[in-house]
Amino acid sequence: MLDILHKIFVGPFIEMSHAPDLLVQVLWEGFVSGTLYALIALGFVLIYKASSVFNFAQGIMVVFSALTLVGLIEMGLPAWLALLMTVGVMYVLAVSVERTILLPLVNQSQSTMIMATIGLSSFLIGFGGFIFGGEPKSMPVALLGIPTGSMQFSVFNGHINIQNLDLAAAVMALVMVTTLGIFFSKTRIGRALRAVADDHQAALSVGITLKQIWVIVWFTAGIVGLTTGIFWGARSDVSFSLQIIALKALPVLILGGFTSIPGVFIGGLIIGIGEQLFEYYWGVQMGGGTQGWVAYMIALLFLWVMPQGLFGEKIIERI
Amino acid sequence: MSNPENVKNPPLLRVDDIVLSFGGIHAIKGVSFDIIKGEIRAVIGPNGAGKTAMLNVINGFYKPDSGSITFKGTTYSSVKPHTAASEGIARTFQNVALFHGMSTLDNIMTGRTLKMKTSLFWHLFHWGPAENEELANRAVVEEIIDFLEIQHIRHTPVGKLPFGLQKRVELGRALAAEPLMLLLDEPMSGMNVEEKEDMSRFILNANEQLGTTIVLIEHDMGVVMDLSDRIVVMDRGLKIADGIPEKIKTNKAVIDAYLGTTHQEHASA
Repeated sequence: MLDILHKIFVGPFIEMSHAPDLLVQVLWEGFVSGTLYALIALGFVLIYKASSVFNFAQGIMVVFSALTLVGLIEMGLPAWLALLMTVGVMYVLAVSVERTILLPLVNQSQSTMIMATIGLSSFLIGFGGFIFGGEPKSMPVALLGIPTGSMQFSVFNGHINIQNLDLAAAVMALVMVTTLGIFFSKTRIGRALRAVADDHQAALSVGITLKQIWVIVWFTAGIVGLTTGIFWGARSDVSFSLQIIALKALPVLILGGFTSIPGVFIGGLIIGIGEQLFEYYWGVQMGGGTQGWVAYMIALLFLWVMPQGLFGEKIIERI
Repeated sequence: MSNPENVKNPPLLRVDDIVLSFGGIHAIKGVSFDIIKGEIRAVIGPNGAGKTAMLNVINGFYKPDSGSITFKGTTYSSVKPHTAASEGIARTFQNVALFHGMSTLDNIMTGRTLKMKTSLFWHLFHWGPAENEELANRAVVEEIIDFLEIQHIRHTPVGKLPFGLQKRVELGRALAAEPLMLLLDEPMSGMNVEEKEDMSRFILNANEQLGTTIVLIEHDMGVVMDLSDRIVVMDRGLKIADGIPEKIKTNKAVIDAYLGTTHQEHASA
């Protein structure tokens, strides 16, 4: 019994202090996956903010955009043109979603909207498979100008190893989260988006066009998805199994609140770092593979203490 | 029966023979009236008379079954909300439709939507033209905040404000669009005497200083008689009277509608 307690509460910390360079390495890896989780969750937040809909198709949008990009490059297009065309495809997708799903279903209940996004994800799986085939593809990292290789740093009499790809992913994610965070809190379009989420009729009465806002939001979510797809695809493969990473967005959203862009970032980091630390220092004693569930445990713990998440909009109700 | 004093001015807006029904319920059964530039036009009547439905037709939330709306000389069979807003019609709502999670300032800023034109590109960086535009519009909004005496709640999320102040913020959002015509749906419901006096003062000031034409739905007869230039009275989807306050006060049909002598109905003034 004492042995178990020692293994949980003492052992890991001794290990951390004995090999600080290893700790830094683990933290860095947690940080990188954290920023990528934040990026995935960001796509959900954008759509949730503007329409209070949990978009089940977000994971597929990540895969679909990445598949389109890889597919176009495989067809022999230069990478820059393929990238540009993929952005175009995401725009067309945003307009089609607005025309065929959002507009006909305006003012329908939330569950109807959720079902519609599930339908959209089925469609994108089928359509993507039909055009690009079902087999996993690899992201042509070099063609896209994403750095590869790695760098070594000495810290605490040891070394840490930083993959250039990870660094690029983290920087890109940071830039996107910051830009969109400012965009949606400080600009006219950002305010319009929150207004639409709050009250359709009032938004219409001040001249905000719902259609335009929806297209902007879905397009932005598509671009965020594409960015996620490129970096995640580069770390593994581009295939439909990638969509399950979207599930990792859930604990991030629970932590950060469904409506907060800074929240998404902090939530992503907590989940990413928490998961890596746990796996490395505690998970090995439990047989490993804890990444599959630790994120959800962390989210559950937070739910007990802060049901609105760390940054969720305060639910204000006058009684 | 339009008021002889105003005949020389052409109407800013005219509704002609508007019919509106929802399924089997006839909300408006052929109502016509006009609104002259610069006047305060009240629309009164018992609950369920079709007053709010009429405002919704004017700003495009409802599409009438028949009839037409003429605004600034153009005749429409129905209006789109965006068209109404961009042509200069702003409104407030019976149940206060503010953006509850946003601050007073941000709520009023949304009223500037149609005055802001910079493209998405600049917005993405919150820089250059987008920033200048934001500052210029912010200055206008600050004037409105001063005008409505709500400086102290500038950064408060509106969901936390008492009802009276929420109504004031909503008026601010509508005024921020610098509208030609302002539709106010019961701007004083649920207010105490002092709050009503403040609100009346703001409405009069908007009308006199900014030259805004005002269409006012209100149940407080004292307020209506004091503020309005002309009054339309509706009952059960029909227009039963139209004229200056003095005439309306003594109109038999109006008294009957409110006191319920011709048909059993509760007076709801």
